[in-house]
Order: sequence, then C-alpha cells, then structure tokens
Amino acid sequence: MLGLSKKDAGLLAIVAFLCIFAPFLLNPFPEGSAMAQFNAGYPDLMQRLVIFGIFAIGFNILFGLTGYLSFGHAAFLGVGSYAAIWMMKLLTMNVVPAIFVSVLVAGLFSLLVGWISLRRSGIYFSILTLAFAQMSYALAYSVLTPITGGETGLQPKYTDPRILDGALPAGQSPRANLFGLDMKATTELRLGDWVFTFNAGYYIAAATMLLAFYLSIRIFRSPLGMMLRAVKSNQQRMNYTGLNSKPYTLAAFVISGMYAGLAGGLLVAMDTQVGAERMFWTASGEVVLMTILGGAGTLIGPVLGAGFIKYMENIVSKINETVLEQWFAFLPDGLSDAMVAIVYPFVGKGWHLTLGLLFMMVVIFLPGGLVEGGQRIGRLFRSKKSEPETPDGKTTPAE
Amino acid sequence: MDAILLQILNGLDKGSAYALIALGLTLIFGTLGVVNFAHGALFMIGAFCAVTFSKLLNLSHTIVDDSRKDFLGNPMKIDVPYLHEFFGQAAGDVIIDWAVPLSILFAIPVMIGIGFAMERGLIKHFYKRPHADQILVTFGLAIVMAELIKYFYGANPIPTPAPAAFAGSFDFGALIGADPNTIIYPYWRLVYFCFAAVIIGAVFAFLQFTTFGMVVRAGMADRETVGLLGINIDKRFTVMFGIAAAVAGVAGVMYAPINSPNYNMGMDFLVLSFVVVVVGGMGSLPGAVLAGFLLGILESFASMAVVLEFIPGINQIIIYLVAIIILLTRPRGLMGRKGVMEE
Amino acid sequence: MGILEVKNVGKRFGGLQALGNVNLSIAENSVHAIIGPNGAGKSTLLNVLVGKLIPDTGSVMFDGQSVLGRKPYEINQMGISRVFQTPEIFGDLSVQENMMIPCFAKRDGAFAMNGYGSITSQQDMIDKAEEMLVNMKLADKRHMHAAAMSRGDKRRLEIAMCLAQDPRLLLLDEPTAGMARADTNNTIDLLKQIKEERDITIAIIEHDMHVVFSLAERITVLAQGTPLVEDTPDKIKGHPKVREAYLGESQDAA
Repeated sequence: MLGLSKKDAGLLAIVAFLCIFAPFLLNPFPEGSAMAQFNAGYPDLMQRLVIFGIFAIGFNILFGLTGYLSFGHAAFLGVGSYAAIWMMKLLTMNVVPAIFVSVLVAGLFSLLVGWISLRRSGIYFSILTLAFAQMSYALAYSVLTPITGGETGLQPKYTDPRILDGALPAGQSPRANLFGLDMKATTELRLGDWVFTFNAGYYIAAATMLLAFYLSIRIFRSPLGMMLRAVKSNQQRMNYTGLNSKPYTLAAFVISGMYAGLAGGLLVAMDTQVGAERMFWTASGEVVLMTILGGAGTLIGPVLGAGFIKYMENIVSKINETVLEQWFAFLPDGLSDAMVAIVYPFVGKGWHLTLGLLFMMVVIFLPGGLVEGGQRIGRLFRSKKSEPETPDGKTTPAE
Repeated sequence: MDAILLQILNGLDKGSAYALIALGLTLIFGTLGVVNFAHGALFMIGAFCAVTFSKLLNLSHTIVDDSRKDFLGNPMKIDVPYLHEFFGQAAGDVIIDWAVPLSILFAIPVMIGIGFAMERGLIKHFYKRPHADQILVTFGLAIVMAELIKYFYGANPIPTPAPAAFAGSFDFGALIGADPNTIIYPYWRLVYFCFAAVIIGAVFAFLQFTTFGMVVRAGMADRETVGLLGINIDKRFTVMFGIAAAVAGVAGVMYAPINSPNYNMGMDFLVLSFVVVVVGGMGSLPGAVLAGFLLGILESFASMAVVLEFIPGINQIIIYLVAIIILLTRPRGLMGRKGVMEE
Repeated sequence: MGILEVKNVGKRFGGLQALGNVNLSIAENSVHAIIGPNGAGKSTLLNVLVGKLIPDTGSVMFDGQSVLGRKPYEINQMGISRVFQTPEIFGDLSVQENMMIPCFAKRDGAFAMNGYGSITSQQDMIDKAEEMLVNMKLADKRHMHAAAMSRGDKRRLEIAMCLAQDPRLLLLDEPTAGMARADTNNTIDLLKQIKEERDITIAIIEHDMHVVFSLAERITVLAQGTPLVEDTPDKIKGHPKVREAYLGESQDAA
C-alpha cells in the first residue's frame, strides 16, 4: 500500500489513527471532574504535539540514520518561522506560501550550515552546529532586529502590505487561514459530560505530520536510507567502496533542516508570532531529547518522543501542591507530608528537573528509547511463550 | 592606546573564567576521553558555594534589645550573627565581609566531593560509550544540576559582594602615566585575574613536577600503554576529575561578585568554554588557557563602540566566528596535538 | 606495462623516510605479493595506492591514469578495491545490506539521491547481492547483523563486497593476520578460487610466508622504504638479501 511494506503501512495507519482521534484520546476525563485539568485535548497543545513530531521526525533522519548529533537544529526551526511570518506580512495570511517558503529558506540555510559543519564529524560537528545556532540566536536578538523584531519578536499587523490579500475591513485583525478556512476554526462535540474540541489548525498540522512521517518512511526504506545508515556504521568502508559519504550526509542534514523549517512554518501558521527564544540552544536540546527518548533511528520513535515530552510537560506542569496533597491523602499524616515534600520538586515548575532526570535515565538504561523499551517488554512475553525456540540468525559469533 | 589597554584589561576577567573552565574541560577530555557538558554546571555550583557559605556566615539568632524601641514602640529585635558571639563583633564582621574568598575553603572539598561522585557514579560507565552518549548524559546532568539549584535558590540572581576592601576601582591610567580616570579597572577583577593565574600555575606545576602529574600526562598521551604498565589509571583519573571540578568550582566562587550567580550561568559559560577548548585544541592545556584569554580579549575588543559602528553585533558572535574559522582551517586547534580528533 | 605502475614514489614523515624511491609494476591478472619486515613501508605504500596518503614524489598510474590526488572513493570507482587487515564491514547492517551497498555503488556511482523508491523494488540489486552471497557461501546468514558474525565470515563478506564491484585490482592488507590456521587456509583457497573464476589482479601485503608462497606469482621484498628485490617465489626463497632484511645483520646468530 502506497509503496510501503505491510509493517510500515501498519505503522502509518497507527499514527494516522492517533492523529485523527487525538481530540478523544487526549480528553479522557469528563468536563468538571477533578481530573479534567489533565485533559490535553485542547487545540494549542495538540498542535504543538504534532508540530514537534515533525521536528523530531526530521531530526531523526539526520541523527538516527547517520549518527551526526546536531545541537543547532532549533536555528532552522527559527529561520523557518521568520520566513513564514514575513510571507504573512508581505504576501498573504494564507498559510500555504508561508509554509512553502519556510521550508525553502530553512533548506537553504541548512545547506550553508551543513556544508561548513560537515567538514568535521563527531563532537566537532556538534560544537560547530551549536556555534551556528548560538550565532543565529544572538544575531536575531540584536543586530537583525529590523528583520526579526529582536526581543519583542514579530506578529502580523493591520498595517502590513499583504499584497495578495488586499486591505482588511476596518477593525479586523489578520488571521491565518488556508484558502479562507480560519486556523482557529473550532467545533465542539458534547457527549454527556465529555467535551471534545476539533480544530481546523490541528487537523491541518496533523495531516502535514502524516505526510512528513510517510516521507520519512520512504527515506528510511530507500537506498539513500541504507547509505545513511552505512555512514553511521563505517565511513571508512563506505569511502573504500566508492561512495562519497559527504553529499549523503549533507543530504540528510538538509532534509532534516527542511523538516525543522516546516515545523517552524507550521508553528507560525497556528500561532502567528515569532520570538528569537525558539532558536535558543535549549530548544535544540529539546529535539535531541525527543528523538532519543522515543528511540533514535526508529521510525515511530521521534513521534512518540515528541508526543510524550510535550504531553508530560503539560500534565506535570499542572500538578501543584494541592493536587499532590489529594493524591497522598490516603497515607497517614506524616507520611503523606513527606511524600508531598519529595515529589513536589519534580512537578509544576520543576518539570525541567523531571525532564533532565528522564533524559539521563534513558541514555543510561535505555539508549534505544521507548521503542526499545517496548521491544524488550514484548520479547519478555514472547520468550516466555516459546522458550525452546532458538532465536533467528543472531546466534553467537565464534570469536 | 588607552582604549586598547582598557579593552585588554576588560577581556582579562572573562578570559580568566573561560580559561579556568576550559582547563577543566580539557583535563577531563585529555585524561578520561570524556566530553563533559556538565562542566559549566560545576562552575555554577561553585558560584552557589559562595552564596551558601555567605548565608552560613550570616546565620543569626534574634535577641530582644530592651534599650531600643522600634517605630511601634516595642522592644527592638536584632538579628545577631553567631559569628559575633564566637569572635566578637569586629572580627565577626570582617569574616562576613570576606565571605567570598573564604568560601574557597568551603568550595574545594564540596567540589572535589561532587567531582568524585560524578566520576564514580556516572562518567565511569561512559568511557566506552560513544561521544554522543557522553554528551547527552552530561547534558541531562547539567539540566538536573541547574534545576536543583533553581529549586533551592530560586531563579533570580543572588548578589554576592566582594570584600569591601576590593569594592573600588583601580586607576591604571595614573599608574602608567596616562591621564587619570581614563583606564579604570575594578579591584576585584584584578584579583580575579591574579587568582586565575595562580590556579592555572598551580595546575601546571602539579602536572609538571609531581609523579602523579607525570602519570596523568602520560595517560593523556597514551592511555592504553600507561594502563599496561600496571599503574592504576582509573584511580588517578577519578582524582583528576575531582581536581577539574574543584578548578571550575573555585572559578565560580570568585566570579560570584562579578556576575551575581543564577542557575543558568553554567549553560552560558559552558557553550563558550567549549568553543574555547576547540579553538585551543582538544586535549591541550596550554591551548585552553591561551585561547581562553585570547577569546576573552577579542570579545572585549569587539564590544568597542568604534568596532560596533563598522560591524554591528560583532561582539555577540565574534567567538563563534573565530571557532568556525579555526575548525575549518586548523581543526586540531591552536595548540592541539596532531591527530587528536581531527576528523 | 603493468596495470599498476608505481614510479619513484617517496614519502617522508617528519624525520622518517617511510618510502625511499619505490618503483613497482604489477602485471595485469597476476597475483603480486609485497613482503617485508615491520616498518618496511608496506602500509605506507598501500595507503598511497588507495589515496589515503599523497606521496612527496613520484607517480602512481592505474591503467594509464594517475591516481595521485584522488580521493579513496574516486580511486575505488576506477577499479581498485581494498581489503583491510581487520575486516571493515558495516557492522550495524545486515549481511544482505552489506552486500547490496557495493552493488549500488557500482551501478549508481559515488552519490545518488535515491530517497523515495524502496530498496525492495530494486530487484536487480537484490539478485546481484544474492548471487554473491550464494557464491561466497554466506547466503544462510543474509539476515544476520554483520557485526555478529565470526571473524572468518567477516573476512569472507568483506572480500565478497569488494568483488561485487568487479574491481580490476584487489588490494589485500594482511588478510590472514590474527587468523587460526584453518581460517588462513580457507582464505587461501578462497583467493585461489577467485583468481580462477575471474580476470582480476591481486596485490597482497602479507607477513605470513605460507600465504605468500601459496598464492603469489611474483614477490616484491620491501625493506626500509625501498624495494630490495622482485622475483618469483622460488627465487625469493633462498635470496641472501631477503634473509638479511628479515634477520638483520646477525646471520651467524640465526
């Protein structure tokens, strides 16, 4: 189906299912219940889930396949965002040109950065990309203020030229749309106590992510994908097999830069504003985290990782002392106080602490991320069922 | 001329901090082969050692002074530091005033302890893992350290003054015969520079003149062979890690009056220090020191108004630009050994 | 005129003259061994041939074209494949993929932006890889991780990968180093079989005299960066200069 193997098509179907029914899946708690605050089915969050999914899918094409660890991918996301907002200011509030140009500009910028950075590998490559990203951030924040809006950032204004749109009726603010369909258009569905929100912007972003995911499957299964894995595995052998590893790696770098630009453009399409802080290196670190946590080099890993981190961020930051006290109320007094005191630093504003710890745990114990974790659990069950069978092919080497 | 001298001086204190952090980074990379992204966090923790120590010195108990009244007419409550009781008021105040320099004594054992714990508990298990894994796990650790500090000390910078004796500025202009008040340099920055020079000198002397240092240098050159000689490298490397942590820590302690400590400062310094290490040459100690000062001074020159008029914003990116140029033209860095991670 | 002509090649590292003035001609379709004691410059010479090092002086011509200044991948595309001392394969990839990569390199050249079509749709490549795997008796391991194979199998795979490109010159760098006797003999048999089946020139750098004398048609002895003698194996065996080079001055002690 669609040129995919059965297994890959299944994977795509799972992701499509998750995307389509996210408004239900993320809103398991009835409105008005104590747990309702942990519902994540509101447009803003759902949009971020899928957009960062795209970002991580793209990052995985570089890091997961070639093993080149870039610490500067947020720069491409930021450049894409700036390009998109300028399209909205100059051309039209329709998101199509904005997103198209954001991909293009991010692609060109990543071509330049990649062309220079890829002259080195290993940790030098990481530091070069980091240096480029920090430079972009510093410039966007200061000298390039006429283009980037500096500290305040950029938003579409009533007075912008927007040559394709024509003048807005007085008093109306510019709104991002897809050929007239407002990104913020939302329908609510009430089923008993439950309220589900369907948002146009979310479904457009989700459809884009499905397309991005589909393309990444194609790349993974293509000769290019195999060559990129060869880059990671043994560059020496590659060069002595008549293959030039540089353009292969650069291709992966630019593709992942374009994915980042796409994510940046979509962020603007959903929420029409940009600030330099989205280029800061912690943002670059975050996408590394998502990819590793989900499982670098696997297809679905980055999607899971991005979803998991953005979802947890939402949930964990909402837990406060009162909630904790409710949770531990069943314990005897002293013990419940102690538990609250222990857990408190990790929730609410302490989300980053949890994130850092999670990161360390994954790198230490589960370098393959959630996907590997799932496989290990799966294997545990399978091996119990069919103990005597010898595992396929992967028998011990005779060394 | 005056302006140039002033910029050189201005670059020295930042350069000192870069050099001290880069020194530790290089030591760790050279001996253990580990890329430590948490090294900036160690610098930050050092600065918070100063904060903690001055808080400890200021620990007080409240006494009620009947002879004085507050504005409501109640007896005045006065916080009296315990130090006043131990050493008398005058001596106690002096000790409190000198909190920052004194916290070095407090910071060294703390930082060595943290360094040991880090190496034995975490880094040790990553010697054989790829550099990417080392970067990632220490990156995670850096986040954790920063967030813990934020939890306990809050997100705002905490002013930590230098001793009153160093509060003023030093008029360099008068000293060298130029017009007075043209080259003014705060005393504490001068102290910081001298302090950095002493620490750097001490580390080099330690490596140069002790048997321990000799083994470490041999280990940096060829780890496997030294291991084969039956010398317990691991133990020495743990000690080395502790020393690197202590160097970063005391660098942070003394930097506290220059830049009020906040939980994020480690990250800012780390990125720049990494660039410094790369420019100096991965695994080269003199390179790290040289590049630290060079880049500090270069940064300060790039911040001059005259320069900024020509190339706006150059002060923000000069260090990165230099790093990119160096990496592309001379990948082993200014003083790096040939063949060390050149690819 | 041989397929590979090395003329007056010299290479100096700082104070060390690694290669003095090397002249070497390897005839087409021959098996040519280069032997010599440690530090004789064998590896340096090999690295010059594959483009890893650029010599200070001299020229290296392969089939009438200069290889100097070309990158290793370009030299490979000219028809020179290299087998390493310790097998260099794609450890993270399956044996089948390892086999397919040189097939693609042969067909598509040094770089091809082929990122959309699936590998499974490239039947001709799969067939070619499969043929090589069967031929090299690796077919039953095709889905195995290459890193998980035995050393002998890795060596076999590496040679197979080189052959999949139909090279005109196969360079082997101590292919039996560290191998047990049985594995060494297997490798010798394999190379003999290859020589019988194909029109191929084999240049082999080797320490193990058993391997050299079982395979080589001509032997060049290298000592201190210069070729000492070049002759047939029979002549080389009793050659006094060779004994001297290997045993040093102290012939009496030996």
